[in-house]
Amino acid sequence: MTENNEYNVIGKRVPKVDAREKATGAAIFGHDLRLPGMLEGKILRSKRAHANFTIDISKAEKIPGVVAVITAETYPHVKNLGFLQDNPALKKGKVCSYRDEIAAVAAVNPETAEDAINAIEVEYEDLPNVCDIEFACMENAPVLHEHAPDNILKHRYDFVHGDPEKALEEADFKVTSTYRLQYVAHCCMEPCFAAAQWDGPDRLTVYSTTQIPHLMQRDLGRVLGIPAAHIRIKQMVIGGAFGSKLDTYPYEIITCLLAKKTGRPVRIAFDREEEFIASVTRQPAVITVSHGCTKDGKLTARIFDAVLDNGSNSSWGATTPHIMANPVSSLYKVENVRMKAKMVYTNNAYAGAFRGYGNPQATFAIESNLDELAKVAGIDPLELRRRNFNEPGETTPQDLKITTCGMKECTEAAVEAIDYDKPLEEWEGVGFANMIHVGGGARIYLSDGSGVTVKVDDFGRVVIITGATEIGQGTDTAMAMIASEELGVPLENISILNSDTDYGMWDAGVHASRTTFIVGNATLRACRMVKEQLIEAAAKKMKIEPGKVVFEKGVFYPEGGSPEDGMKVDKVARSMHFRRQGKHPMATYYYDPPNELQDMKTLKGNVSSTYAYGTHACRVKVDPETGKVKILKFVAAHDVGKVINRQGIEGQLHGGIAQGIGYALMEDMVFEDGKLLNPNLLDYKLVMARDMPPMELIFIETDDPEGPYGAKGIGEAGLIPTAAAIANAVESAIGARIRDLPITPEKVLAAIRGVK
Amino acid sequence: MTAKGEMISITVTINGLPYTAAVSATMNLTDFIREVANLTGTNVGCGEGECGACTVFLDGSSVNSCIVLAVDADGKEVTTIEGIGGPNGDLHPVQQAFIDCGAIQCGFCTPGMIMQAIWFLKQNPDPTPEEVRAGLEGNLCRCTGYEKIVDAVLTAAQQMNAVETSVR
Ligand code: FES
Ligand code: FES
Repeated sequence: MTENNEYNVIGKRVPKVDAREKATGAAIFGHDLRLPGMLEGKILRSKRAHANFTIDISKAEKIPGVVAVITAETYPHVKNLGFLQDNPALKKGKVCSYRDEIAAVAAVNPETAEDAINAIEVEYEDLPNVCDIEFACMENAPVLHEHAPDNILKHRYDFVHGDPEKALEEADFKVTSTYRLQYVAHCCMEPCFAAAQWDGPDRLTVYSTTQIPHLMQRDLGRVLGIPAAHIRIKQMVIGGAFGSKLDTYPYEIITCLLAKKTGRPVRIAFDREEEFIASVTRQPAVITVSHGCTKDGKLTARIFDAVLDNGSNSSWGATTPHIMANPVSSLYKVENVRMKAKMVYTNNAYAGAFRGYGNPQATFAIESNLDELAKVAGIDPLELRRRNFNEPGETTPQDLKITTCGMKECTEAAVEAIDYDKPLEEWEGVGFANMIHVGGGARIYLSDGSGVTVKVDDFGRVVIITGATEIGQGTDTAMAMIASEELGVPLENISILNSDTDYGMWDAGVHASRTTFIVGNATLRACRMVKEQLIEAAAKKMKIEPGKVVFEKGVFYPEGGSPEDGMKVDKVARSMHFRRQGKHPMATYYYDPPNELQDMKTLKGNVSSTYAYGTHACRVKVDPETGKVKILKFVAAHDVGKVINRQGIEGQLHGGIAQGIGYALMEDMVFEDGKLLNPNLLDYKLVMARDMPPMELIFIETDDPEGPYGAKGIGEAGLIPTAAAIANAVESAIGARIRDLPITPEKVLAAIRGVK
Repeated sequence: MTAKGEMISITVTINGLPYTAAVSATMNLTDFIREVANLTGTNVGCGEGECGACTVFLDGSSVNSCIVLAVDADGKEVTTIEGIGGPNGDLHPVQQAFIDCGAIQCGFCTPGMIMQAIWFLKQNPDPTPEEVRAGLEGNLCRCTGYEKIVDAVLTAAQQMNAVETSVR
């Protein structure tokens, strides 16, 4: 890990620009917002998984302090939400899950709102529950939504390349297994929040924790039936998101409707239980994978069949197979590949985007299955991987164009760091897993762009105006570092203006590890445009050709001269406009990466302009008495293109690994007949400080030609191969494969007993 | 404020200033801090004593303020995240270490985490990494994987001890 000296700021360890306000308690999160006259909104949710219902709100309306009670009848023209527009904000006559919204109230304080909720009378007429994907797919299963008479969502995924069935048939060695992935909660430490305020009948301001301000503006316009041009989204400081805020949800629409009905600002703030019950989850899945290889361990076939429990309504979870297709088609070189995926409606919770977007599930299944294949083929699992590495310059079966690829370097670095050849003690195991993920944006919508404006003022302060969203991942700091590097201005003179759709330019949202890559590129280019303007102005002032101006560490001076006689940024900026026909140093750049929208049918196309690779390796020790898995050491080697902020990238990987360890070993939303049994932080186990193993991070810098300074996006990478690496290490320790997450002590003990 | 039952007048001293209000018997200390004193640095992650986001000092001891009744803090001293720095915006060494070490991502857990760390270091001024991890057990963070938080606490301990030594 060498600090790179080519740059003044890039690659260094820089504290976050927003760290101070967060360390002092000054940061304004949603629940800190105070608007004059603001009312408390609250939602009544279903007490059944599947039922018809009638509702009587008359008692609730009469409670003093209750300002409004609304149901689906109140605003019948409000349109549906969801990827398939199957989700009304307030349900009418029928509920399909415990999270379903059936009425909402606005009151003068939380206690009165709660009283009003309790006073609403609902009569349910139960319908048979459909809480199991196999049952949901049966011939005569009860139907959840009329538009899906077989309970299967209409878009299905069928990707094929070559002849995988034939190749599997002819393979020297083959293996087929089924893996089960559980429901996992994002557990952002800040529960969901929204506030809304109307100015007249069709002008709306929403205070939000969304990750997609501009798409939300569009969603709200469409759903509420008002011009999106009359909507302003102001983002609060966001207390974690991880994909959970990538969609517009019923509670946000309900907040707007309550504010409309009351003519006052209204807020809705979830408590932790509501957060568990009514926010999105990671998509659970049952995945069957087959691999085939030659005698020499050359992979010839991969067949991947996923059935996803979509829950009651569609959100982004319904499209996770789109990204599953990346590892299925392109993780290692495999000539013949098939991926099929279908999503099934059930009366369970519905899923959204969650760090990795389907990739953690797919990578778990693929990388577990590869170890199983290695065992059948009698090849060392590491060796099997080495024989099938991806390489730079490759075009994969999905038409992903691999520019830079550090898979080999990552693997070898991880092998060394985990000391692969060190003999294993009894009940000790070692495991590996690799990953590929989009690292240069992901064209999921027609636009994958983002715009940035950079302004330099008379005092040398640089303001970066952006539509990008900071959710804790550190993009603001990366932008400030880029501006500091380019304009030679110290970090403390740089500020970031974001969080408001009125001044931030379009941004497709924080997803797909795209923000530092996309917005970094936009910032870099805008800064260079400003620099040109400053150089030109400095040349004029010095009465020399612009080509003869040297710019170093924020000082402009003539070639051959010395920095002491030069002009600083602020002076040059002033010289530009303290004159007639003056100009102001500022520039806007809108960056849209050279990637492609994939064909929805064939799923082919170069979705990202570069791809991130990484290897996770771990050593575990299993206690045969208790079944507990202890991770002795965890190594994460990642092809990050180039490190922008060393401190930030380490934090992203640490956090991703922690979430991956939780996914692998502890986290599990337990549903019984559609009801969540553990909606609290005592029974839903999050990783604590004591659960974290010693970690070693290795950054492989492959200098991507499209990345800002060569960087790739890595926000999701830390989570993706973690569970697979742990599962492989557990297998190595106990000699039995656990294919269902989480790998709990009970499952480990059962597996050990099975071996004996 | 309309509330069930009778209101009780209490006075709680927060960061050196007394706040008197009539509150319901069920109001918790977090709400008193946030709504009565209008100090919003103390966050609520669960309201059930499980996450530590609401950690403050009550008469010098660290507590989850969400599970302390406001009436039980009557006549007592509370310190919140807003009360630990010096004058003129000076930071507490633990705050500074959290910033310098990259222990903050989304920042929602941060005020509670910093309060717990300060209290822990008072009990154990020269801890091992394992002791720090144990000392932070009641405080959840979903972003950082705790690694840099532990670094920050150890760094703060070192700095605070160095200052101590130089004063002596
Ligand atoms: S908010 Fe008090 S412990 Fe979570
Ligand atoms: S920094 Fe986000 S929860 Fe700790």
